[in-house]
Amino acid sequence: MDQILEYSPILIEGTITTIELTVASAFVALIISFVVGLSRFSRFSAVRISAIIYLEFFRGTSAIVQMFFMFYVLPLLGVHLAPLLAGIIACGFNLGSYGSEVVRGAVQSVPRAQHEAATALNYTTYQKFRYVLLPQAIPVMIPTFGNLLIELLKLTAVASLITISDLTFMAQIIRVQTALTLEPFVIIMVIYFIIASCLVGITDFIAKKITKGRNITVRKEI
Amino acid sequence: MSKIIEFQNVSKSYGQLQVLKNLNMHVEAGEKLALIGPSGSGKTTILRILMTLETINSGHVLVEDDYLWHQRVNDDLVPASEKHLRKMRQNVGMVFQQFNLFPHLTAIENIVQPQVLIKEVDKPDAMNKARELLALVGLEDKEQHYPHQLSGGQQQRVAIARALAMDPKIMLFDEVTSALDPELVEEVLNVLRMLAETSDTTMLTVTHEMNFARDFADRVLFFEKGQIVESGPPEEIFKNPKEERTRNFLRQIIGELS
Repeated sequence: MDQILEYSPILIEGTITTIELTVASAFVALIISFVVGLSRFSRFSAVRISAIIYLEFFRGTSAIVQMFFMFYVLPLLGVHLAPLLAGIIACGFNLGSYGSEVVRGAVQSVPRAQHEAATALNYTTYQKFRYVLLPQAIPVMIPTFGNLLIELLKLTAVASLITISDLTFMAQIIRVQTALTLEPFVIIMVIYFIIASCLVGITDFIAKKITKGRNITVRKEI
Repeated sequence: MSKIIEFQNVSKSYGQLQVLKNLNMHVEAGEKLALIGPSGSGKTTILRILMTLETINSGHVLVEDDYLWHQRVNDDLVPASEKHLRKMRQNVGMVFQQFNLFPHLTAIENIVQPQVLIKEVDKPDAMNKARELLALVGLEDKEQHYPHQLSGGQQQRVAIARALAMDPKIMLFDEVTSALDPELVEEVLNVLRMLAETSDTTMLTVTHEMNFARDFADRVLFFEKGQIVESGPPEEIFKNPKEERTRNFLRQIIGELS
């Protein structure tokens, strides 16, 4: 155990890297979720089809392969990405594809009557989405987004394979240098679990905040 | 009086089912019209076409002497663009069977938001107008309530106020009491009766409440199978219907009531 404690600085560093990677990828994924998810409602078929291609590509291929592609193949094409950036893009793009389905589904769950009411009041398409559909759809998205956020946290462990010094990477280092196997991995499991619990807490907080005073119950995913 | 609405040979089908057959009708400005008839006779479709919620398959609809579903481009009539539809929608407001209030907004926000967004009214003016209209429909003490905190009848009165706030020249009421518990029907009908008496707005209502139709309407249209069977002042339609089909329908409705 004393041996492990000597390594606590690099575990802390790994934790920070994992959190950075998770937060930055979540941000990328969130933007992509809305852009791609809302593109599915475009009146232009080219936009709709591009969104479907994006979704099917990133959902249908392995996240590890996508990450390897960004880190090992893109340099051959002259695009050099720093490991952390490649990790953020790969995780963000991958989770963004799932997120876009959450956005699409939630917007579609708003009853047709709400579209008609907005049309009858002469709302433009933008106003209809901005002021009528999204305010009703976002509370529906939150629990599923919370689940995806935890998926994302776990996905970041894969980034250790492209030399990012995240928690999993650090555990490997400790294992190699100390010949201890059980301890480093139990420790990082606990750390992952603590981070995930914090993410659940944050999601619940946002859900409460957003539904305050309204008759919208955010369905808890089990 | 001038024609504010005109249907010229309008047909509308949903797949195999033809709901309007070469329909011709017109409405004078300021007229209060009640559309009655059996379910599926096309009454609601007429309102939905006027609100641009349904397209037409053939014929022309004119509102204020301008084509609703078409527009002129170099002497040709082409299907209306969204821009043209938005211009035409300014004339029309609609109240729905299921109220369709925005559930994430309070009663007053439901009335203020469309004014601010669409008519670009300043917020304080929009608030004043919303308060006046809530008072008109008897809900001045409910402005901060969300729709789910209101009864069906109260929600429907907010929906009426919301539509009125846009100052439409034509108001459409689509079976506005059909989704209400029986004891809440009168409070909504009384608001409509009051509007019919005090306002110059042209109003079309689809209703199954015959007593209300009699009070409300200047003219009653009886529909069956997508066509107008009979049209006339309420006294005439309800007391001395000329057509056998109208008599049968009224007998059925009144039979059900007694």
